[in-house]
Amino acid sequence: MTSLLAALPLAPVELVLVIPALAVPLLVVIPNYRASAIVNVIASGLTLAAGLALLAAARERGDFLIVDDFNIFFVVLTTFIGFTTSVYSATYIGHEIETGHLTPAFVRFYHAMYQAMMAAMNLALVANNIGLMWVGVEGATLATVMMVGIYRTEAAIEAAWKYFILGSVGIGLAFFGTILVYMVASSVVGTGVPAMAWDEIAKNAGALDSKLLSLAFVFLLVGYGTKAGLAPFHAWLPDAHAEGPTPISAVLSGLLLNVALYALLRFKMVVAGNLHAIDVGAILMTLGLASLVFAALMLYRRRDIKRLFAYSSIEHMGIAAFAFGLGGPLANFAGLLHMTMHSLIKSAIFFAVGHVVQAKGTQRIADISGLSVTHPMLAVGLALGVIGIVGLPPFGVFTSEFLLVSASVSRHPVLTVILVAGVILALGALVMRMQGLIFGAPTGKSDAVKASAIPLFVHLALAFAAGLWLPDPLVRWFRSVAALLG
Amino acid sequence: MAAGTSTFLFDIAHLLAGGVLVLSLMLLVQDRLTAVINVFALQAVVLALSVGWQSLVQGAPHLLVTALITLLAKALIIPTALHRIVRKLDVHREIERVIGGGPTMLAGLGLVALSILVVHPVVETADPVAREDFAFALAVVLLGLLMMITRRNAVSQVVGFMSLENGLILAATGAKGMPLVVEVSVAFSVLIAFIVFGVFVFRIRERFDTVDVNVLERFRGEQREHL
Repeated sequence: MTSLLAALPLAPVELVLVIPALAVPLLVVIPNYRASAIVNVIASGLTLAAGLALLAAARERGDFLIVDDFNIFFVVLTTFIGFTTSVYSATYIGHEIETGHLTPAFVRFYHAMYQAMMAAMNLALVANNIGLMWVGVEGATLATVMMVGIYRTEAAIEAAWKYFILGSVGIGLAFFGTILVYMVASSVVGTGVPAMAWDEIAKNAGALDSKLLSLAFVFLLVGYGTKAGLAPFHAWLPDAHAEGPTPISAVLSGLLLNVALYALLRFKMVVAGNLHAIDVGAILMTLGLASLVFAALMLYRRRDIKRLFAYSSIEHMGIAAFAFGLGGPLANFAGLLHMTMHSLIKSAIFFAVGHVVQAKGTQRIADISGLSVTHPMLAVGLALGVIGIVGLPPFGVFTSEFLLVSASVSRHPVLTVILVAGVILALGALVMRMQGLIFGAPTGKSDAVKASAIPLFVHLALAFAAGLWLPDPLVRWFRSVAALLG
Repeated sequence: MAAGTSTFLFDIAHLLAGGVLVLSLMLLVQDRLTAVINVFALQAVVLALSVGWQSLVQGAPHLLVTALITLLAKALIIPTALHRIVRKLDVHREIERVIGGGPTMLAGLGLVALSILVVHPVVETADPVAREDFAFALAVVLLGLLMMITRRNAVSQVVGFMSLENGLILAATGAKGMPLVVEVSVAFSVLIAFIVFGVFVFRIRERFDTVDVNVLERFRGEQREHL
């Protein structure tokens, strides 16, 4: 394996950036949408291969890029879901073209933006330079903004505009925080490029000016927290999920939120290394619980199926933020597992929802019912997805939530009660809605759709397997990353 | 360097950074779109001067590139394009704000005071140029935010966002020796922002025959079924 890696002209860490970046101009010039969908799948597949090759690559650092256990895990997750979503997207987009919702010119643009987003997300993940990390998150945001507005309906444009304005403000504040971090670091590490290298900053965290570092973290929290969809900075999220193409809802929930939380965690590791700085854990726990409870309550009043699951994403990012805020090996382990399981299951749900919406021609929950009769395969997928996402056994979310509760109950009994209450509230809302969607007499129109079942059931099978049995190497991996997170 | 000259150098740096801030406050009270764009262009010119001065003081020639990019993109190209949009859409008489000029100004002054209060005690260890600049930069960022909130017009939201970015550039150049990577990325983000904004402003126009984002509010997903 190692000798095979050495034969490559570029290291895997460069390949995960170069492959999607090269695919962008290629996809722009391919006029045929079938061909471009295939190129999109191939490029995503190659990126996934490069991501997997990272597992065997050396853990090394440069001033600009870094490879460590923490980001390899996220790169593998991102490239995997990027690949399965590209497979799903090929069928989805084919249907949109046949029904005339999208024109081939827009699809060309859509595929190019998809790869641009993958490149930007990978950049944010492998960047060691905190400025480069910011560029990655910003690039991914802009690419998704373009895709959210692609249907050019009133609601889609409004959603894209709102996402853009709030996203830009968030990203502006994150940049201000990044400058502040550089300023703090440059007085210890020395001016220039090393003072922007994350590992140099983290190494010297104890010697940094704690007041300035705390101020910097506040900006970073609001900035990247907006991207991660934490309440009260979440306003863009439901609109962007509801109005864009469904494959984009899947990657927004499954990947972009993760990437933003990852950026926040990198800075958390720096601030936690400084004894006199603010208590980052308490802030993350508060925001996490607020997001969880708020989203759980909001779930009851949703009438749009994609909004419903968008609010569920806010809920789950809240749970993950709470876990990382709590800290310690067990809670961090639970947080990492939760992010992974949420990404897998939530994107699977959006895969099913996308086809349901295509079949029924509406996103209104009230107009969708009796799926078990008309579209049994989608109904099974959706039902399993909902069972998985609300945290019922034997899916992986149950494992992670169970671990989290057992980690927090002895340390913060009162907060644990709120956590459990929020999870149960969300469970009630989603199960109630699911019954209406799946059972009952079929209403309205119901077209046949060429649904791609493979990505959907691969995700569900992985989440199912993880709930029953986690392989030893994976557990060791999560443990070592959890230890890194402190 | 003698103490006298160094004070003089600081004073010029402060003067220019303060100028950027004053222009941010002026942006808040402009009623006409053409005036908003002109004041923004002027702010970009002062910012370019300020960045150029920093390049001289810090002996960092790469900052001259940033100054040049700022001057070209934000003082010339973007305002010209925005003027064209406004002329094409024929909206230059539009007065569009959520709260009146007086209260907006008071809120703006409050934000300036707030940023000085926040930054001053915290950044006591940093060198004085950076400290003052940071207070100014934070104020410019917050005023940009305020402008985006109080305007309902897509073009003035664009300008608000870019004046926010001016604050970021001011902060980035005030931090000594910050690598070029970041400045390039700022320029890059401005360019992309402009492309996106341009696309959207035209799309909004295409759909609604107005660039007033209030019109959009009616189409919020959750309320659509009432229509």
